[in-house]
Amino acid sequence: MVEEIGTTTEGDLIINVGPQHPATHGVLHLVITLNGETIKKVEPHLGYIHRSIEKMCESLTYRQFIYVTSRMDYLSAHINNHACALCVEKGLQVEIPARAQVIRVLMDELTRIASHELWWGAMAMDIGAFTPFFHAFRERETINDIMEETCGARLTMNYMVPGGVMYDIHPNFQGRVKSFLQLYKLKIHEYAELLTGNIIFINRMKNVGCLSPEDAISYGCTGPTARGSGVSCDIRKYYPYDAYDKVEFDEVLETNGDSLARYMVRIREMQQSVRIIEQLIDNIPEGDFQAKTKAVLKLPKGEFYQRVETARGELGVYIVSEGGTTPYRIKFRSPGFSNLSVLDHIARGSKLGDLVAMMGTLDLVIPDIDR
Amino acid sequence: MWSISELATDIDAWLNKTFNPTLALAIEMVIAGVAVISLFAILGLVLVLMERKVSAWMQIRLGPNRVGPKGMLQSLADTLKLLVKEGLTPDGADKVLFNLAPFIAIIVAMLLMAPIAFAKDFQLWDLNIGILFVSAVSSIMVISILMAGWSSNNKYSLMGAMRSGAQIVSYELSAGLSILSIVVLSGSLQVSDIIRAQADGWWIFKGHIPAIVAFITFIIAVTAETNRAPFDLAEAESELTAGFHTEYSGMKFALFFLAEYVNVFIVCAIGATLFLGGWMPFHIGTWEGFNHVMDYIPSSLWFFGKTFFLIFVIMWFRWTFPRLRIDQLLNLEWKYLLPISMVNLLLTTAMAILGWYF
Repeated sequence: MVEEIGTTTEGDLIINVGPQHPATHGVLHLVITLNGETIKKVEPHLGYIHRSIEKMCESLTYRQFIYVTSRMDYLSAHINNHACALCVEKGLQVEIPARAQVIRVLMDELTRIASHELWWGAMAMDIGAFTPFFHAFRERETINDIMEETCGARLTMNYMVPGGVMYDIHPNFQGRVKSFLQLYKLKIHEYAELLTGNIIFINRMKNVGCLSPEDAISYGCTGPTARGSGVSCDIRKYYPYDAYDKVEFDEVLETNGDSLARYMVRIREMQQSVRIIEQLIDNIPEGDFQAKTKAVLKLPKGEFYQRVETARGELGVYIVSEGGTTPYRIKFRSPGFSNLSVLDHIARGSKLGDLVAMMGTLDLVIPDIDR
Repeated sequence: MWSISELATDIDAWLNKTFNPTLALAIEMVIAGVAVISLFAILGLVLVLMERKVSAWMQIRLGPNRVGPKGMLQSLADTLKLLVKEGLTPDGADKVLFNLAPFIAIIVAMLLMAPIAFAKDFQLWDLNIGILFVSAVSSIMVISILMAGWSSNNKYSLMGAMRSGAQIVSYELSAGLSILSIVVLSGSLQVSDIIRAQADGWWIFKGHIPAIVAFITFIIAVTAETNRAPFDLAEAESELTAGFHTEYSGMKFALFFLAEYVNVFIVCAIGATLFLGGWMPFHIGTWEGFNHVMDYIPSSLWFFGKTFFLIFVIMWFRWTFPRLRIDQLLNLEWKYLLPISMVNLLLTTAMAILGWYF
């Protein structure tokens, strides 16, 4: 029962965090019931950035709808496009040239690094450290430049198309990626110096927002959020797509389930991405970058589902086709939505300052939650 | 050698010669007031610019560089913008308290200027309980923050004010105890006496380890007292938007902002006075030549140099560390700093009684 002055009948304070608030990184609205500084309940309200992307996709052709999905999780646009392209290819049953497969994986992993970089900086800012943000952006900027050269865009790349990739890679691509990896290895110790080894940071993160493996599964958490609790769920390992079965990498797992574990998963995941890129960058096969497909794509009647591992977790694309040029129904299973749902569970009983740290380690991207 | 105190003495002599003593005193008071206010304004401008440049340097970027040469006039432009901005008072706010709070903050900062020795024998008011006066007046700061938070009729402001109240009241203890250890060593509460006691060496060198411990405690405690990161829980941008001054805008906000920076200056000036010898030049034992060279640097430069070094350290904290949580913050004070500074005070007292310092 909410009274007019914003307290419950038990005398607890209700505050609205968002839709405009520096910690929500977007238009998320959290209604928080507070007892002093202690959180009693967190209620996320969604819908502020709902653009009905799923409905829009129904009126777009199988070539067109992919571009809209770049706007869902804008930090891993490549991976969203990749999922859609894979799903359409499943329906068309086309064989993707080996060159396109490798380029796709390279782009995915670069995106993953860029996304985790931004998460690192933004999360540090949430808990009050401003400087890491700029250090993270230095590296992310280099990746954006590489993307710009090959894809022509820095954020919404729209590079993956059904049948392969839109253009061949830029002649500078390999050289620039290699110099980026060199720079990255030089700078990665700065992350540990600035944040990971800081005693204040560890105190803020350790044993905060604990998520047990059972809860992670029952809430449907995926990606680094679940792997921080020790739930092995890497789609790249379990259902490898494109060139992922040809590369060696480890699935990063931490067992504590607290904020620090989720943090460490992402930090170590960046190093695994570097490992994947190193294996592939000198071994891009020659050949076509796109399979021959018809100008107008028509999927056979039926249902198609494809899951990929984005930077935030499992993204599922579900297409129902009636045999026409546009999908009958499209559903996206976005990782952020399930990861957000766990917030109330892990935040209860902790302090208001911890809520911000937890939201940071869940790595929420609001357009991905709302679509 | 040119010195500010001689200039002040000359002006005083001339005024007393020209006017009758009462009028001369009145004119001197006006001059001192104007000087304090202008120092205030200049400090605000310089410190804001310094903070932006220091943060830019630490964050691999350039900082303000468009307004004026190398961005020097940026804070002036910002001040002008704040001056012409509308100072809103929210509908549900307690209007009297809401409008009074920023002025209390600024008055407190102004009062704290009085006993600070800016150069050799150059002080507004060398009262015999100078350091006690500083501790007492700086406690009033919390009232203005509580007033601002309470009267804003905003839950974020209220939480910021409550956090700030708990924080300032706790950290005042450690700050006070570490100040006390220097008072014990100097044997006086008067600022000029404390500085004169450091003529043959600053307390941080003469006082052995207890003085260094007291210095570190002091720096941590005053960082918390002035609500600077990593103890900026009262503002905590990512949690409470802007904490106690969420609802303030225009010049009322600017007064809070100015008071914060002037407070940083004042606590650093106190730190420099107590531990680093105030305006005393740096001397090394019997190195006559070296000491003479150091003596030639004006005392005001020594004072401002030391103060700005401490200010830089406090800014360095802000741009390096994450923020603490409220329970961790209070734990740090009550479980660690306070016992440490209490034991430290005992050690210092023993040292002072036995004369175990240089």
